Amino acid sequence: MSNASTSAAGSERISMLKVLNPFHIWALGVGIVLVGEFMGWNFSVAKGGAYGSLIACWVIGLLYTCVAMIDSEVTSTVAAAGGQYTQAKHIIGPLMAFNVGLYLVMAYTMLEAADALVVGDLMKSGAAALGYMDLETKPFVVFTIAFLAWLNYRGVFMTLTVNFVITLIAFLAILVLFIGVDPTHSGTILKHKELLTDLPYGWIGVIASFQFGMWYYLGIEGTCQAAEEVRSAGRSIPLGTMGGMMTLLVAATLTWFICTGLMPWQYLGQAITPLYDAATLVGNTNLQILLFVATIFSAVASANGCINDASRAWFSLGRDRYMPSFFGAIHPKYRTPYRAIIFLIPIAVSFAFTGLLDQVITFSILSGLLGYTFMSINMVKFRKMWPLGSIKRGYVHPLHPFPAITLFALCVSVYFATFLGYGSTLLSIMGFYIVASIWFTIRRYKFVKRGDQFTMPWPRPEGY
Amino acid sequence: MAKEYIPEKQSGIGQIIDSIFILVLVYVSLYIPLLMKADAAAEAAADAPKPTWESLQLSPVVQEQWVKLGYDAEKAAALINSKFDYTIDPMMLLLTAGIIIAYFVFMLKASDKEYREVISEKFGDK
Repeated sequence: MSNASTSAAGSERISMLKVLNPFHIWALGVGIVLVGEFMGWNFSVAKGGAYGSLIACWVIGLLYTCVAMIDSEVTSTVAAAGGQYTQAKHIIGPLMAFNVGLYLVMAYTMLEAADALVVGDLMKSGAAALGYMDLETKPFVVFTIAFLAWLNYRGVFMTLTVNFVITLIAFLAILVLFIGVDPTHSGTILKHKELLTDLPYGWIGVIASFQFGMWYYLGIEGTCQAAEEVRSAGRSIPLGTMGGMMTLLVAATLTWFICTGLMPWQYLGQAITPLYDAATLVGNTNLQILLFVATIFSAVASANGCINDASRAWFSLGRDRYMPSFFGAIHPKYRTPYRAIIFLIPIAVSFAFTGLLDQVITFSILSGLLGYTFMSINMVKFRKMWPLGSIKRGYVHPLHPFPAITLFALCVSVYFATFLGYGSTLLSIMGFYIVASIWFTIRRYKFVKRGDQFTMPWPRPEGY
Repeated sequence: MAKEYIPEKQSGIGQIIDSIFILVLVYVSLYIPLLMKADAAAEAAADAPKPTWESLQLSPVVQEQWVKLGYDAEKAAALINSKFDYTIDPMMLLLTAGIIIAYFVFMLKASDKEYREVISEKFGDK
């Protein structure tokens, strides 16, 4: 395994610390995603109505269940930093791996920028509620990114332990709010009967809502990035990922149920902080404060997890010379990919300050979607090249190839959904990946050591 | 065993240039949609008379929730009358689908060629 890398001095081979357990994996996956329940998912309501959003929640939930199943098998077998990037390198080839590495870096860095913007906006809202109007948000954006990068720099154990605590609090806040809206007495606080309407745009709107339905779960696949730092990848990754998926399915359904019972769909479809708004409508100050804190925690946890994942993907690209080798260094004391962490700070800040939140979010979603498309192809090739029994797998997912086929079909539907609202952004992002691929083939690949790309102790793949 | 490929060593300046290149490419991709200005957006109906709660024909419960959210009839109407346009341009759809398919086909083919070099160097010629 090439889980060792050069130290800062470049003279000694060191590796990352194996200190994480399934709870950290859960915290990494759910931590990145849970902010999607506090904001973002509701844009799917604008696209297809409340019921359209619920259908998106479940259909996209199926997409991510397939992602989690496939990820659990491949990552528990290819346990290395870089996650899907390393899988692509071993199963499909260098150019695909380069693209997957870029998907990961772009998806997480842009999501991190959006999270930091949310923290800034929440601080402004909180200050306004206390009578301080027009608070400048930019210092909070920079501080959030810089502080979390420092935490990541100092070590993965503390980073993900913090994530576990704040993610758990945010999740519990949703449960408390659910109890607070008195769900057993319909009509008392929740007004589903009056507020729920037919599909405003018909079934085309339901398909369109898939794009933002991704927000319910976007990032759960990030659990793979920690594969090199868990004590037992074969046990921790499947347990943490599937546990995280179950948590998110519960959180997403509860969130939809609470919000659609309190807000007209036209308002909900454009709300910035729908769960906080829901707590405000209940009229309980304690709930309001709890949801305010939970929304901030969810955004911070997400940004924290994104820094963790983006830096590991960037580090892996550098380690293999797909990107400059300078970034493939591990801190000699903290054992973190510190150069990658530092390099991505100003980039995340600059994404946050572009003023193009729509494009930044769509870039993040589409990069994730391209990665899921890759995973479906990857899974089919993986089983074909190394059939069951030919190599040791940490976990074998059932019903192959149905999860891969389902995943591929659902990815196609989300491309179509994105086309419906963001066609030019979709083309522009595809243009980015096409130019980057040509650049890699012509310019970067000459720096890559061919034989070093295959580091797993596996036999020769069938068909090669 | 296939002959081992010895890669070039990249200079520090080259590493900086490559890092900057990929960043510039990202920013260009982010700004291109703004230049194209083609994305569909929800458009509010214009030239409508000033709305009232009665003209919006909402049930008392729905109206009450709007009021609780701090909305008056005019502000609520702006959101209620805002609609997405899902008209599909078939040529644009075909073009987009063609680009995505071409991207994956190119990538899989190029990756396969590179992968064979990797396997050949790692395991020797078959």
